Amino acid sequence: MELASIVKKLNLRVECGKDKLGREVPGGYVGDLLSDVMGNSKEGDLWITRQTHQNIVAVASLKELAGIVLVQGKEPDEDTLEKAIQEGIIILVTELQTFEVTGKLYNLIS
Amino acid sequence: MSLKYTNSFTVEGGNFEKAGIASVEIKKILKNMGINGDTLRKIAIAAYESEINIISYAKRGVINVRVTPDFVLLDVEDEGPGIENIGMAIREGFSTASDTIREMGFGAGMGIPNIKNCSDAFELTSEVNKGTHLRVLINISGS
Repeated sequence: MELASIVKKLNLRVECGKDKLGREVPGGYVGDLLSDVMGNSKEGDLWITRQTHQNIVAVASLKELAGIVLVQGKEPDEDTLEKAIQEGIIILVTELQTFEVTGKLYNLIS
Repeated sequence: MSLKYTNSFTVEGGNFEKAGIASVEIKKILKNMGINGDTLRKIAIAAYESEINIISYAKRGVINVRVTPDFVLLDVEDEGPGIENIGMAIREGFSTASDTIREMGFGAGMGIPNIKNCSDAFELTSEVNKGTHLRVLINISGS
């Protein structure tokens, strides 16, 4: 499913990368441990996390993830946003808890 | 075997603000050289985890990258406390990371196992109170 449709259906707030939502999302990955995401996520996954610090941008960039979804209405740190814009990484925000947004995403794309 | 590329990237210990800069740069350069797919993915993971290890534990370090037509070698040397028990350090789940590091989502004891999983040859040596030397070789296959 196209990322733009996911954003619409899950009512995600787009913090940055609005012009890059045409990407197809084949799957998702959930994790707050950065090495876990580095080791086990797949290219193109939409990453759901509660981490908001700038190191998430490098992980998303290195693994070529479709984007990052921050849960519980968490705003990305200012330097996170700056880096994400620089690297062309999409950051999205949901008011939902990890469990809920993961379930909804799974139902949408599985 | 002709040398295709060699470069060194210095990494400052303790500076999480700059974490990822070296590995993102390494990945970009190698991608531009035509390395991609699984090979590039493995190099990116190994470079990133090596960089995070320097930042988390050492005073400073350097990631030396050497690319030949057959393989990529990441030769990572740091000055720092070293590793007391290498046997434990390569075990998944073992970590000596501080709470601050763990709160950021690092220090789960997955870094070195991640590097090992990505490598075709792996060598880790260390001297306590001096530093650590990691050598990771990744074959270039079908890319």
